[in-house]
Amino acid sequence: GAQARDGAVAEIEKKIIEAFEVFDHECNKTVDVREIGSIVRSLGCFPTEAELHELLAKVEEEEPTGHIHLEKFLPVMTKVLLDRSYRPIPEDVLLHAFEVLDEHKCGYITKEELVKYLTKEGEPFTQEEMEDMLSTALDPETNSVHYRDYISMMIVDET
Amino acid sequence: AHPGTSLCHQMLFFIRAAILIQNWYRFTMARLEMRRRYSLSIFQSIEYADEQDQLQVFSTLLFFFPFVPVSHIFTSPSVSQVVDEGLYLTEFEKKIDVPDSYYGPRLSFPLTVEDANALLHAFRNEQLLHARYVLQLLYETRRVLKEMPNITHLSTSYSKEITVCGDLHGNLDDLLLIFYKNGLPSEQNRYVFNGDFVDRGKNSMEILIILFAFLLIYPNDLHLNRGNHEDYIMNLRYGFTKEVSKKYKDHGQQILCLLRDVFSWLPLATIIDSKVLILHGGISDTTDLDFLNALERNKLTCLLSSLCSGNSFFFFFFLKLKSLMQPPKSVRDRQDQLKERIPTTRPSKHTAGKTQHISLSGSAEPSGSNLPPDPALKEWKQILDILWSDPRSQNGCTPNKCRGGGCYFGPDVTAKLFERYNLKMLIRSHEFKPEGYEISHNGKVITIFSASNYYEEGSNRGAYIKLNPELIPRFVQYQVSKVGTIESSALKCLREKIYAHRSELTSAFAQYDLNGTGRISVNDWAAAMESVLQLELPWRMLRSQLAQTTPDGEVDFMSCFYDLKIGQPIKEVQPALVETLCRYRKDLEIIFNVIDKDRSGLISLEEFGQTWKLFASHLGIDVYDESLDKLVLSIDYNKDGHIDFNEFLEAFHVAELVGCLGSSPSCH
Repeated sequence: GAQARDGAVAEIEKKIIEAFEVFDHECNKTVDVREIGSIVRSLGCFPTEAELHELLAKVEEEEPTGHIHLEKFLPVMTKVLLDRSYRPIPEDVLLHAFEVLDEHKCGYITKEELVKYLTKEGEPFTQEEMEDMLSTALDPETNSVHYRDYISMMIVDET
Repeated sequence: AHPGTSLCHQMLFFIRAAILIQNWYRFTMARLEMRRRYSLSIFQSIEYADEQDQLQVFSTLLFFFPFVPVSHIFTSPSVSQVVDEGLYLTEFEKKIDVPDSYYGPRLSFPLTVEDANALLHAFRNEQLLHARYVLQLLYETRRVLKEMPNITHLSTSYSKEITVCGDLHGNLDDLLLIFYKNGLPSEQNRYVFNGDFVDRGKNSMEILIILFAFLLIYPNDLHLNRGNHEDYIMNLRYGFTKEVSKKYKDHGQQILCLLRDVFSWLPLATIIDSKVLILHGGISDTTDLDFLNALERNKLTCLLSSLCSGNSFFFFFFLKLKSLMQPPKSVRDRQDQLKERIPTTRPSKHTAGKTQHISLSGSAEPSGSNLPPDPALKEWKQILDILWSDPRSQNGCTPNKCRGGGCYFGPDVTAKLFERYNLKMLIRSHEFKPEGYEISHNGKVITIFSASNYYEEGSNRGAYIKLNPELIPRFVQYQVSKVGTIESSALKCLREKIYAHRSELTSAFAQYDLNGTGRISVNDWAAAMESVLQLELPWRMLRSQLAQTTPDGEVDFMSCFYDLKIGQPIKEVQPALVETLCRYRKDLEIIFNVIDKDRSGLISLEEFGQTWKLFASHLGIDVYDESLDKLVLSIDYNKDGHIDFNEFLEAFHVAELVGCLGSSPSCH
């Protein structure tokens, strides 16, 4: 009942504090605002950039200082985890997303097309993000991304 | 279907697909970043914990001063028999022969650029410089350094830019890369190297040789500041002493003795255009640049040892004794346990941990002491502060608990110093930074760290600063090799620590496991790990790599120790001793080295007994004379009446332990 829930909340809070502290370089319970995305994601959540901005608005100071305090972040993030917001993207959904972009259903997407979609549509990649992804995903011989292989590789590395 | 609608639909599909992919990608990158960060966390906490251990060992040595002949630590043994320094170069030529079979560089003094190039070429090809030239080089370097003030003043007026480099820690590749990218030192290309040239990396000697050679060729254009590792007790612990002994079997001791002196003559700081202060560690609220400039810097051969001469030493010893009047907790406990036969391992430093530590920093006067403040104590503290302190974003100046020496200084301390001395910037090193540099205190303090891949391949970049005549810094980063994953290395390090604390961990886990099921909650497991190992790490994140869980989410705590087997120890030796040895291998080495006065690597059986007792008291374990005797006899394999330190480590398979940990259980 209530005790079990309290236990669960305490456990969640500890996880959040741990993740927060990895980025808290000066051990003063603040992190750079640019690291919030990494922290939220490393706790298992898949927020979109828009959702991250919403979350930031809740945890920033009235006068944004570039730093986020743990005491503001903790309750907001606890609720996120309890409500299981920002659900994970299952592998098959991810695969299907790539297949949508693969107009001719040939199992790969050319570099030009992928760059076009990911840097122009949705929540566009920065040039650095695009280059980073291509550096692992691109098959230089065919100049395209074989997305099934890419997904399998990335997911294995995760576990 | 209406063509317009289906087009809209299609667009929507594409957009949604793109968002999904971008979202997933950012998630994956964030996870990788987190894993990289906590790997670095692991390395860093273990390193700092080690450094703190280091200072604790030292304090204990002082405590046992009356019983152990450690007096020779505190005085520099005489370095050369030659009275007239002008004759030393020829003396070495007479005394040390360089065989025809030696193909390395043959230096002739005064050095020229050709000599420097020959050295660079030789070191790239992994050659060693002959001991005679090393000694000559060191003598010349000392002679030149002696002329220099404690604080060097430079001006940017006649050169384009000054390059400032941070910690190199024996990474020759980084120095060569810097010279490649930035050019060799010359009148037009000035350099300041900000300390910590040695220890940890495997080419500390070569780095010193190169830097000293350029110092002799361009004494106005290559400048060196002393770091906290230019200190022979640190070198005993962190690898430089070993490197020299290995590379120079016949003349190693002579070289090390001379180096002790050379280090003490290294300048303490550099100031550019009276505006930019460059020193190795940091500052404190009592830092007094005029005082620092005036003191006799060479008196402090070893910062960690003492205040050197006569009265100061006893005062300092008294100071330590005061804090040790309450003997370390373990000693008291041991006295209480006289009745028990089973030795206990209760390292006071770990239970004391963060709240109580034997600090070598702190105030200049002991509390409650009637002794007047000693000027030597002030000198020691001033230098300790500038070599060991770290900046933090909180205001104030507090003792540096992580390091056990120097302080944490806040932006207000920096501002005050700048106001007092009309400064604009502080450049310091001393702290590892993933990007090779970091800016703090609103742009006033720069940390520059030049050893790339410091912990492991891929761990970090190195960097150097280019300072132009307007004193605007420009950062150049580099990394010696490709980025790889450092996570498995970090975990290997951590597992070694876990093994070393096996019995403490087991009892800590057992305390949570009231029903003796062998399983405890993740929460309890994390709490136990943190309290025993005293490392602030994200345990819940690491758990999957360190222990197995049951289907209902509890931790099978003994699984932490799987795959961490050690070979069969000698029967007479209690298992607790083996474990303790793993943990305190380094401590033992230092103590061993101190007692092995001639550093021959051999000590007699009685000396060994003495070492063991000192070691054991440091840890609060009991040693019984019979088992000690048996132990000693069994270790002296070749029965020559001496124990080689390697023989000793071999006996417990400690040397192999590091290689074994984390790999298959069947390593013996």
